[in-house]
Amino acid sequence: MSPLRNVRGWLDERLGWEGLIAPLRKKTVPLHGLSYWYFLGGITLFLFVIQVLTGILLLLYYRPGANEAFESVQYIMTQVQFGWLIRSIHSWSANLMIFTAFAHMFSVLFLKAYRKPRELTWVSGVILLFLVMGFGFSGYLLPWNTLAFFATKVGTEITGQVPVIGKPLMIFLRGGEDVTAATLSRFFGFHVAVLPGLTTLLILLHVLLVQRLGISIPPKLEVQWTANPSEKREMKFFPNFLLRELMAWYVALGVLGALAALFPWNLGVKADPFVSAPAGIKPEWYFLFMFQTLKLIPPKVWFIDGEVLGVLVFGLVGLLWLLLPFFESDHPSRTKRWITGVAVFALAYVAGMSVYGYLAK
Amino acid sequence: MATSDQGMTNPSDGQSAPVPRRRFVEVLLGGGFLATAAAFVYPVLRYLVPPKLSDMGSDSVVAGRVGELKPNSGKIFRFGNRPGLLIRTASGEYRAMSATCTHLSCTVQYRDDLRQVWCACHNGKYDLNGRNISGPPPRPLEGFEVQVRGDEIFVRRRREA
Amino acid sequence: MAILRNKHRRFSAARYVGLAGIVVLAACLGYGQTTNSCLDCHSALPDLLGVSQEKFSQDIHAQKGLTCASCHGGDPTSDDPDKAMSRKAGWKGKIDRKQIPQLCGSCHSDPTYIRQFNPSLRTDQLDQYHTSVHGKRLAAGDTKVAVCTDCHSVHDLRAPSDPRSTVNPVNVANTCSRCHSDADYMKGYSIPTDQFAKYSTSVHHEALAVRGDLSAPTCTTCHGNHGAAPPGVDKVQNVCSNCHAFQAQMYEKSSHKKAFESASLPGCVVCHSNHGISHPTDAKLGTGPDAVCMQCHSPGDACDQARAGFQSGLSRLDEAIKSADQVLGVAESSGMEVSEARLGQDQARDSLTKARVTIHSFRKDLVDQDIQAGLKITAKNLEAGKKAMVERNHRRVGLGMSLIAIGIVLAGLWLYIKKTES
Repeated sequence: MSPLRNVRGWLDERLGWEGLIAPLRKKTVPLHGLSYWYFLGGITLFLFVIQVLTGILLLLYYRPGANEAFESVQYIMTQVQFGWLIRSIHSWSANLMIFTAFAHMFSVLFLKAYRKPRELTWVSGVILLFLVMGFGFSGYLLPWNTLAFFATKVGTEITGQVPVIGKPLMIFLRGGEDVTAATLSRFFGFHVAVLPGLTTLLILLHVLLVQRLGISIPPKLEVQWTANPSEKREMKFFPNFLLRELMAWYVALGVLGALAALFPWNLGVKADPFVSAPAGIKPEWYFLFMFQTLKLIPPKVWFIDGEVLGVLVFGLVGLLWLLLPFFESDHPSRTKRWITGVAVFALAYVAGMSVYGYLAK
Repeated sequence: MATSDQGMTNPSDGQSAPVPRRRFVEVLLGGGFLATAAAFVYPVLRYLVPPKLSDMGSDSVVAGRVGELKPNSGKIFRFGNRPGLLIRTASGEYRAMSATCTHLSCTVQYRDDLRQVWCACHNGKYDLNGRNISGPPPRPLEGFEVQVRGDEIFVRRRREA
Repeated sequence: MAILRNKHRRFSAARYVGLAGIVVLAACLGYGQTTNSCLDCHSALPDLLGVSQEKFSQDIHAQKGLTCASCHGGDPTSDDPDKAMSRKAGWKGKIDRKQIPQLCGSCHSDPTYIRQFNPSLRTDQLDQYHTSVHGKRLAAGDTKVAVCTDCHSVHDLRAPSDPRSTVNPVNVANTCSRCHSDADYMKGYSIPTDQFAKYSTSVHHEALAVRGDLSAPTCTTCHGNHGAAPPGVDKVQNVCSNCHAFQAQMYEKSSHKKAFESASLPGCVVCHSNHGISHPTDAKLGTGPDAVCMQCHSPGDACDQARAGFQSGLSRLDEAIKSADQVLGVAESSGMEVSEARLGQDQARDSLTKARVTIHSFRKDLVDQDIQAGLKITAKNLEAGKKAMVERNHRRVGLGMSLIAIGIVLAGLWLYIKKTES
């Protein structure tokens, strides 16, 4: 114990360590029946760190390029010791991270944690979700297998449907008219440089905002607690909550390890741009609800092309979603019920469409 | 789970003697941290060690060593996940081609008596450029480029011009 | 006729068609020739007499600079139909079917002439034709038989390498079937008309049409083209051996060859049939509906025992390969690296293919040799697969140990929290 204390003392003298972590010591987490949902943000952050670490490890052997990408991933999976584990953890962790990010968002939505003064936390969070989905989309192509190749083709094709800016945007994404080695280079760049940079910045902002504003209390409880302060129950963030969070991280690690060891991520078959697309091509599960919606829209709605309409509607919904806190009243007792209704509908829609898309031929 | 049960059996000790219980938790926690750290670090360290089989990239492979092949002989080497055939002609020249017969995908071999590439399955024959010259094969064998660098014979897929 | 034409200088198409029965077909357009008056009328005429510029320009002869007059004679420089189509100018009109081989042969049997266009083109077609069933019957006065134009078409005759050519390998069977599958047309000839239907179900047709293997046999591969005739009962194996050399070599030395020959049985065809050759399976050696051995042999004799030995040997290797494949598949889907063994499986499959070929020697020792070689390779691969599964289990042990460590930390944390908060 004492050498540790010496190090702490040494650091404190030079960095003002105590001053740095003082806010953390003061920070509290409200304690109530729904406190468990507060773990989700931390788990997502933990999975992001796992992604960064395993991503860096994968970079040691991965090579972008139409002639090399697949082979290098195959090399990682078969020749490099524990390569299968690192790659499988990277893939599984990516999927879990997107799942926990979604869950985090919906928990924030239902607990009404996005209200004033936390609008910016919500906005940064939604942008982070989009970035994470961008990670998923770009990373999916990197092994350069058939499924990824065609999923990317379809995905970027949909981008091309946006009026006016769609076509240039598609060409920007693809690095040309078609999905080629140029697309792979770009997606690699997005995946390992652009997106991590942006995401790290936004995560810092997001966490800083959480730190500044404290942890939100559900409005009903807030009204109760302000009326009767003796009912108020809290837990210290450091170390009590953090230790619990650490337990959650360890559980996440165990789940990741088990998934990776028992169900190593498949590599599939090397992409061949000249074969026809395999039947029933589907995107990753987190895009499935959008994909299925686009499939269900009739080809012509009134006078607008169905796909264009779908893409426009998704764009609009995404924008409104981003701005959601600004439709909410800031008074605790006057929360808007319709927003909860919208949230329930959105959750049911995303879940239902995903399942439908998964089951549909 | 078993370990947490173990932890649960202790409270009676803990109540009578708080110090051993405290020690127990610390040892448990410290040991657990060390064990998990080992479990994470070990695979990563092993991962960092470059594999013995160096990665040549998809379109080239070391098919053999100089001196390994006598003139007028051939050997099968592995090219990706398909077999390849490296031939040293009677005049000492190296040739390489796919070893998968274009008829029914048997593995072909070099016949020093015929000085041809021969498929044992249906007696298909190819010349030393991989052209199908007799028997059932419908197409020539895919030819590879051969380069001798130092002691090693590299075989590379032909690039489209 | 001369009077008629004198009176009507300008012909209407309808009028001309009226004369179609008498006036014979005249090919029309020239290619690369400035004045070719044939075109003026014949491109406007309906079928039988009509030949459009577009059609004729596809013809290999037109592309090589030949014109209507090259075959039909006459004077294409004259706009006057009388002069253009005068017998004096060498106009031949419709070529009589019986004359067609001779007419084509006048160029195609002349090496000096053909050499100007394609030095490697053969010039023996007419000679061969005379030896064919078609040629012999034509000489005997039967005009229903195929002449050059029936197979090669006319006025839009393409090189055989052109996929649109009626004699391109892919189209040959269709071309032959136009007559040979027409039961009405073939009435009076004592040959069946189901060859095309049978061929369409055959492994050869599949190779050609489905797998696009242009070297796979079609009608002419076995029957010849210009010299088309059945290969003859005792020569069948010579034909098959062109591609199936190994089987033929073994069959030549086998006891079956003598037996079949003395019974005038058609070699390969006895077991494999001819037009409807299906993909041979090991069931051919069995006793079921696809079995062939027991058609001649009787149960319990030495040959029956040999047959059973062959079949069980093949199925043993086949099953060994399949079970090794299965283990390797499971190992692979659990993320194990078994590509080396997978490659080895190809060798085992080679042995099986070879053993199936060796059956044609009908010698147990030779077949066993191939089967044993295959079994040995398969055993090695199976071993590799099992090793991979052991390695997979090691991973699971590793996972289990990590999970125990994680469990310990969780328990420790839990106790620590309880302790600090109490």
